[in-house]
Amino acid sequence: MRASWGTEAVAAQFTTLTAVAAPYDPVNVDTDQIIPARFLKVQRGKDYGRLLFHDLRFGEDGAAKPGFVLNRAPYRDARIFVANANFGCGSSREAAAYAFYDQGFRSVIAPSFGDIFYNNCLQNGIVPVRLPDATCARLRGLVTDRPGTELTVDLVELRVVEPDDTAHAFSVGAFFRELLLRGVDEIGLTLSFADEIEAFERDYARAAPWAGR
Amino acid sequence: MSADAPRTLFEKIWDRHVVLRRDDHCLLYVDRHIIHDGSFHAFGKLAKRGVPVRRPRLTFGTPDHYVPTVSRSAADAPTPEIRRMVETFVDNVRAHRVEAFHLDDERQGIVHIIGPEQGITLPGLLLVCGDSHTSTHGALGAFAFGIGQSENEHVLATQTIWQAPQKTMRITVDGRRPEGVSAKDVILAIIARIGAGGAVGHVAEYAGAALRAMSVEERLTVCNMSIEAGARAGMVAPDDATYAYLAGRPFAPQGARWDAALAYWRSLPTDDGARFDREVSLDAAALEPMVTWGTSPEHALPIGAVVPDPANASDAARRQATARALEYMGLAPGTKLEGLPVDRVFIGSCTNSRIEDLRAAAAVLRGRKARIPAIVVPGSGLVRKQAEAEGLDKVFREAGAEWRYAGCSMCVGINGDLGRPGERIASTSNRNFEGRQGKGVRTHLVSPAMAAAAAVAGALADARKLGH
Repeated sequence: MRASWGTEAVAAQFTTLTAVAAPYDPVNVDTDQIIPARFLKVQRGKDYGRLLFHDLRFGEDGAAKPGFVLNRAPYRDARIFVANANFGCGSSREAAAYAFYDQGFRSVIAPSFGDIFYNNCLQNGIVPVRLPDATCARLRGLVTDRPGTELTVDLVELRVVEPDDTAHAFSVGAFFRELLLRGVDEIGLTLSFADEIEAFERDYARAAPWAGR
Repeated sequence: MSADAPRTLFEKIWDRHVVLRRDDHCLLYVDRHIIHDGSFHAFGKLAKRGVPVRRPRLTFGTPDHYVPTVSRSAADAPTPEIRRMVETFVDNVRAHRVEAFHLDDERQGIVHIIGPEQGITLPGLLLVCGDSHTSTHGALGAFAFGIGQSENEHVLATQTIWQAPQKTMRITVDGRRPEGVSAKDVILAIIARIGAGGAVGHVAEYAGAALRAMSVEERLTVCNMSIEAGARAGMVAPDDATYAYLAGRPFAPQGARWDAALAYWRSLPTDDGARFDREVSLDAAALEPMVTWGTSPEHALPIGAVVPDPANASDAARRQATARALEYMGLAPGTKLEGLPVDRVFIGSCTNSRIEDLRAAAAVLRGRKARIPAIVVPGSGLVRKQAEAEGLDKVFREAGAEWRYAGCSMCVGINGDLGRPGERIASTSNRNFEGRQGKGVRTHLVSPAMAAAAAVAGALADARKLGH
């Protein structure tokens, strides 16, 4: 098998990020809350940032609701989002990841994620970090009590670091970690395995002709 | 693991589809890719890249999310933007020579209805679709899961997908389902038990006597809502009911290929002694018709229950979630669910729009009148045709319900089928999220029979008390 990770970064790249973090406490936040379905027609060239949490963040008149975390300084410029369990559950809409990306977020930390949202983050240069419940609660408390607190998400060392150097190790699939660290285009990588895919198809067509068309 | 170690259904399908391994991920071959009118980002990205669809014949399409349900003309879409979504879909599938069932085709319908209905979904296959309810197809013994649009593009370009290893979970429902307890009630009870995040990171296999006794359509309802418990996929081992359901379907194998397929399918069920990472079991005999009271599918209780009190929640996060849900839903703790006034009823969605669902709803509505607006949206043109052949459309119309054309409709509302702010809807769909059926709309998830009972009573009602 060729070791074709490539050297030139063509996709979104992530190594380490130190930035202001925004806390968000609710559990089971579904992607309908992250971006309401009526915005799913928007073309990708447009700015999805304002659509992030749209109906929770803006009133009927379009005015920012002062109580919502992303409408308050310094969270408005946060690039790390610290959430709660089962974050991004529900609909597969990738627009949820577009909205986080365009708002400036490059990492979301939570005890657990909706699987499809998790993958959509990886596909869009956002690092989803799973940390234990208690650690996430601690981090949310930290950035709530001291607004403007910067956290570091280190994809090289696989840890989240607090300002006082308290570090929390996390894991992310080695495959996607490598893609993100190097900025590798996933489809380009897969297409470099065209011979392997064709060999699989030949064998599969012989062994399971009923599965084909 | 040695080659002859006992394996689960899921592991057998996974192993059969591994093209290659890279670090902790596998590149898996995709047998069937279903696309819909929300898949436009994937085609846009593919066009930008200048790469063709690798296997157009393994790709199937139908417009469902944005289609009007009042007619079969895209011109009846409520806005030009919505109409354009349906037209863009037509342009994309034509440009890429993908077989699609358009609005003028009686085979058009909701992606998760037509896959099984056409025999596109088969046991042992790996199937993906850019929709979270792709877990539905696992009811036939396929490994099927929802993906995002970037992954859609990857599958279109390569016919493969990278997947991280998954944990396995077996949900055993033993015992006998009481009369009046539907498949929808079973899955709502499962979600209430394990939680909306209870199966995250797992592929769930449903097993047990109550599952075996279910029709294929009932199993489809159960697997459909696997995602509402966070499962990557839901599966039921294929059996004689599965094979009887599939025989003769348009895209199912025929003749010698059918025989070869059948021999393979019979090897798929989980081996004795295979290990699951997690086991959960429920007694079907203890179940009752369910209704959701909150804004997560885990907020489900038997119809005879009362709205819970946040003060009794097990932890602070749950207390907050319950309080917030009650505020959105306009409900006070202790309120009886039965008798709660409802403004509107929706019978449809990939959860409950198959012929058996419509029969169950019609059985309650026959000879009765709906006291509130109700729409019935069949899952496909063929379901609609079958329902009309059985006279169900007449039952619905005589009860005062609207008889619509196939589409996702009020489950997600992006075709314009929405409730009004503050309205309470009894809905056979799968999500009661805030704003799901329109801004400020309050959704109560129920089975088709319970939705029909709500239409008759103008309130949440126990369909068992109405009788047939």
